[in-house]
Amino acid sequence: MKFGVVVFPGSNCDTDCWNALHGPAGEEAVFLWHKDASVPSDVECVVLPGGFSYGDYLRVGAIARFSPLLRAVVEFANQGRPVIGICNGFQVLCEAHLLPGVLMRNRSLKFICKDVWLKVARHAPPFTDFAADVLKIPIAHGEGNYFIDPDGLKRLRDNDQIVFRYCDARGRVTPEANPNGSVDSITGIVNEAGNVLGMMPHPERCAEEALGNCDGLMILRSIAESGLVRSASFRS
Amino acid sequence: MTIDETRVTSPLVEEHGLTEQEYEQLKAILGREPTFPELGVFSVMWSEHCSYKNSKPLLRTLPTKGPQVVQGPGENAGVVSIGDGLAIVFKIESHNHPSAVEPYAGAATGVGGILRDIFTMGARPIAMLDSLRFGDPRSARTAYLTGGVVSGIADYGNCVGVPTVAGEVAFNESYEGNPLVNAMCVGLIETKNLTLAQANRPGLLVVYYGNTTGRDGIHGATFASEELTEKTQAKRSAVQVGDPFMGKKILEATLDLIQAGMVVGLQDMGAAGLTCSSCEMAGRGGTGVEIDLDKVPQRAENMSTYELLLSESQERMLAVCPEEKIEEARRILARWDLEAHVLGRTTGDGRMRVSRGGREWVNIPAAKISDESPVYQREARPPAYVNALKRFTVESFPEPKDYRADVLRVLALPTVASKRWVYEQYDHMVQTNTLVRPGSSAAVIRIRGTQKSIALKTDCNGLFCYLDPYEGAKMAVAEAALNVAVSGARPLAITNCLNFGNPMKPEIFWQFSNAVRGMGEACRVLGTPVTGGNVSFYNENIDGAVFPTPVVGMLGLIEPPLRPMRTGWEAAGDAVLLAGPAAATLGGSQYLNGTAKNPIGPCPMMNLDFQRRLIDGILQAIGEGLLHSAQDVSDGGLAIALAECSLASKDSSLGADASLLDAARPDIQLFSEEPSRAVLSAAPEALPRLEAIFRGAEVRLVRIGTVGVAGLRIRDVGQWNAEELRKAYETKPF
Repeated sequence: MKFGVVVFPGSNCDTDCWNALHGPAGEEAVFLWHKDASVPSDVECVVLPGGFSYGDYLRVGAIARFSPLLRAVVEFANQGRPVIGICNGFQVLCEAHLLPGVLMRNRSLKFICKDVWLKVARHAPPFTDFAADVLKIPIAHGEGNYFIDPDGLKRLRDNDQIVFRYCDARGRVTPEANPNGSVDSITGIVNEAGNVLGMMPHPERCAEEALGNCDGLMILRSIAESGLVRSASFRS
Repeated sequence: MTIDETRVTSPLVEEHGLTEQEYEQLKAILGREPTFPELGVFSVMWSEHCSYKNSKPLLRTLPTKGPQVVQGPGENAGVVSIGDGLAIVFKIESHNHPSAVEPYAGAATGVGGILRDIFTMGARPIAMLDSLRFGDPRSARTAYLTGGVVSGIADYGNCVGVPTVAGEVAFNESYEGNPLVNAMCVGLIETKNLTLAQANRPGLLVVYYGNTTGRDGIHGATFASEELTEKTQAKRSAVQVGDPFMGKKILEATLDLIQAGMVVGLQDMGAAGLTCSSCEMAGRGGTGVEIDLDKVPQRAENMSTYELLLSESQERMLAVCPEEKIEEARRILARWDLEAHVLGRTTGDGRMRVSRGGREWVNIPAAKISDESPVYQREARPPAYVNALKRFTVESFPEPKDYRADVLRVLALPTVASKRWVYEQYDHMVQTNTLVRPGSSAAVIRIRGTQKSIALKTDCNGLFCYLDPYEGAKMAVAEAALNVAVSGARPLAITNCLNFGNPMKPEIFWQFSNAVRGMGEACRVLGTPVTGGNVSFYNENIDGAVFPTPVVGMLGLIEPPLRPMRTGWEAAGDAVLLAGPAAATLGGSQYLNGTAKNPIGPCPMMNLDFQRRLIDGILQAIGEGLLHSAQDVSDGGLAIALAECSLASKDSSLGADASLLDAARPDIQLFSEEPSRAVLSAAPEALPRLEAIFRGAEVRLVRIGTVGVAGLRIRDVGQWNAEELRKAYETKPF
């Protein structure tokens, strides 16, 4: 599958995503520049990487939303094609209203970088079409405290839009395992159509054996394989 | 009359930190009275911070050469070859004074400044380290300074996407009110892309890009060359404010410019801003420079010539670019929303000339300002405390009643305990090359596309350096070398940051000269030349100077057959080994001293020849694949090293069952910080070969225990479960 990795000024996980997709995942990946007005027609999945787009000035993700490329990404998403936002990318997706809710400062008011455990709450293509139930993936953010109002939360639950929750090593979702105060321990959601994923943890940071953890590769592979299935179904 | 036309008088000269004699020298160089802006230029160029006038003669005694050294001291950073056409660019620098008055901005701009030093040479920054010292953690001021410094480092480094992977945090009353904030940056470069801060021929364009110039940070360099007093708080305006987003943009744009071959020379505007950058570039290249300040983009109204020259506004770059390439350079900068401002040209007359409003304000011989800067050999005298310290004997210290409790107490001391509460605030994984994360002896960063990795560590024990600056400085180098060696790396080279009090005081200068002598000797024996660094004097508070703290930033190289090693136990049944001598002293230990500022000696002695053999033995063993884990014995002593190895095992699921085999009192064996020792683990089958290796190296190797169930047991002393070790070790100071 051909992935397009968005580069905003201030993106800093763009190269990491490219490396993970290109190397261990064995897929094609190109960079998409924020000033471009369209997504190339051969790109099948857009990745919004982590970082501090436009310095995260004003509010995280708030300025990135107005970049020319993001308008094209919204259109791309509205066509039902897969978009994944990681960390700052998740924040941008919320600001762009492709996903509901908002990411606030961590409860501790401090940046947190560490491995966390995720309970997979939704197993479905394109992002989480695998059997594993509990993943270990690192987080690195100052503003990952997911908030949504009770009505919104109910809709997320009713529509099966919650993808990942923080949990302990045994998969139990507990308040102690929630590092930043997120509502309902949420750290990954999809839109109603299920083709746009936002997640705070960084799958690209744990996609190869050399780094001691390959759990992130499952997500990248799931996307790539869903692409194969889709192109196969287009052909048939 | 404008402020620039102010007549230079002797009170004004004094206010600028220049002595009468220096002023006479200045006039002799110019052949006339200086203008007010010229006085400003000289005052910063001849400040300790820029000229090293009190340290130069001693710094020249440090070894700086070796086959691996591509670029030694004198440029923005040192450069060391790692083979395959690749090199590591690295440097450490202090930002102590700014951090004392404005901890967040002071630390953040310290990070920004050292990052620029690295990418200015064409290297992509791949790691940051921070060596931090604070006062007594019980004081409210320490809590405030620590919190501000740590978040300042985090916010800048995290935003630019460079992992902060290692460092130290130590607490002692001596640093009260005068914290040490030393930031180190490490970059990777293809040697052919190395760019120097030189303008090597006339007629090139002098191009400014990055942030606009404001009034922030005027006199930062001179401010850093004075003692901190109550009046200092009023100098908050001398502290700059960082903009990491701009830092990230100029990083990317600069690397693009260099990649495209657009620039001949490059310098960031750090200390002393435009003055220092333009003057040094022209001076080093042996050319001259002519600039028009009307072209400088300004963010404040009505700035004087004087202010424009001395502003230390952050994230500003000065490039020297051939005229035919300027349009392409503009396009590259515009991609990052940056604008190129052509300020002037290089000339052939060796002079730095600055004009504004059609009038020339500065006209001075560029090379002479730096080449003929004053140099002083200060008086050195041993402080009174040194002799008194040597009289301490362990017998005078009562043997403790409860060793079991003491192990937990030492494990929880703020300097010894886990720094997780610090490094989890730093993104230490971005760039996905961190093979060994913070919390181990050294960080290991892989070099993509090769079989190589580098190990990085900063080190210095201020207690030891106070007790004996010569031995302490030797130990800082030796300990850092051992840290990278137990991580699998051969020590290659160092950068240093020498933090001391006021050099005009003979006792301080005595500390300084002994420390430099010790550092030089250690670097020679261990084969790790000094490739650059920084001197920070005047680190004093109302009670006197901080501990002499010559921080070492060590670079080591891991290449096959060597491989990255970790601290934690790997397998139950493995033998636990202690390499190195029996402990003989408790002098300078955390166990005896904690955070008290009058430490008890004597300082342990460093045998450099032994250290070299120990390192060779460990590397031989790692290269032959005989070791499962390795950890040096340092802060807290053997008991703490063993606890750390247990806690660092996978999910803290392994532990050790160990014995004290030497004759000395148990507290000496448990808590001595006797140097040149390492705790190793290996499969029992590997023992004969290991014994042969260490016998060959003439290093004692004793089996002190076995890896087993979680926790720690030390026979005849006590037993601790993993949870209580973890709880003590994870104690936060605030």
